[in-house]
Amino acid sequence: MAMLHIVNKSPFEKVSFRSCLNHVSKGDSVLMIEDAAVGAIEGTSFSEKLKTAMGDVSVYVLGGDLAARGLSEDRMIDGIKAVDYAGFVDLTVENETTQSWL
Amino acid sequence: MKFTIMINEGPYQHQSADSALQFCRSLLAQGHEIFRVFFYHDGVNNGSSLSVPPADDRLIQKEWSELSKEHDLDLVICIAAAQRRGLMDKDEAKRQGFESNNMIEGFRISGLGQLIEGGIESDRTVVFGD
Amino acid sequence: MATKKFMFVNRKAPYGTVYALESLEVVLISAAFEQDVSLAFIDDGVYQITKGQDTTGIGQKNFSNTYKALGDYEIKKLYVSKESLEERGLTQDDLMDLVWEDEDDDWAEKPSIIMVDRSEMAAVMAEQEVTLSF
Repeated sequence: MAMLHIVNKSPFEKVSFRSCLNHVSKGDSVLMIEDAAVGAIEGTSFSEKLKTAMGDVSVYVLGGDLAARGLSEDRMIDGIKAVDYAGFVDLTVENETTQSWL
Repeated sequence: MKFTIMINEGPYQHQSADSALQFCRSLLAQGHEIFRVFFYHDGVNNGSSLSVPPADDRLIQKEWSELSKEHDLDLVICIAAAQRRGLMDKDEAKRQGFESNNMIEGFRISGLGQLIEGGIESDRTVVFGD
Repeated sequence: MATKKFMFVNRKAPYGTVYALESLEVVLISAAFEQDVSLAFIDDGVYQITKGQDTTGIGQKNFSNTYKALGDYEIKKLYVSKESLEERGLTQDDLMDLVWEDEDDDWAEKPSIIMVDRSEMAAVMAEQEVTLSF
């Protein structure tokens, strides 16, 4: 069963995001919301870790959370898709289950 | 599709209540059904009737209350968590011997079994918290 | 009522925040609904089940004994992250002996703690129908 992993912590402050990436299965999706949105940016100390995971999982970010933190979508790692809340809902429907990495 | 939402943080301190509100609005806009919204931990504070934020800020508790009225939502506050944090509806306040109560319209107070039932009855369960 | 596979994910230490205690309260309630319950202990969540917890110095109730009662409620799948223990300089010997009694085997005591590595934990997570995190 495909799972949507919802992450809401900055990878620069907490281990939640790394822990999530360590427990995903092939075909799962990861959605960054709230403070986790900052993890979508290319060229950070975290971006290589996320890019490695992107071989197995699809990665999304809530666009509103990125914009709220002063970051534009053109700075995102290639392959990450920005979604709005309607897209967030679609992801919860497309995946059979969800897990929040609080 | 049928959803249960759990919210673990109070309003203002953490973004999770804002995120959950927006998510619930999107669910309803897309024609999905919200079986239940369950408020746990400090999330019970989403049901307080005594919040007075500055005039230019959002009033999250009222937004829940209005959303509940508009869509006939089942907003459930966990009784054990609410008792710890001093949140009570009229009946619970009376039972505990308090003269006042502080739960906003549209919420009800009940047990943790409501969360488990939500998980069983819904197609999806989504958790918001810190 | 239908039976679903529920997983409760614990990633926070006890006492510093109320999440561990209130998570345990949900787990106990879930037993009354006769669901297929698993618990995961990852990251600082492993501190919830260390042995020898003594809270006399902090003015809080020690609730660690409640984990020992889980077996009586038919909650007998406690998955513990091997890597999380190692990162914290802990081994399984630092954890409480949590057991359940097997009715079909003359009430023999069997361990509830299942040590798993990341890929095994991921596989267990992938099987769940409802995942609640605190």
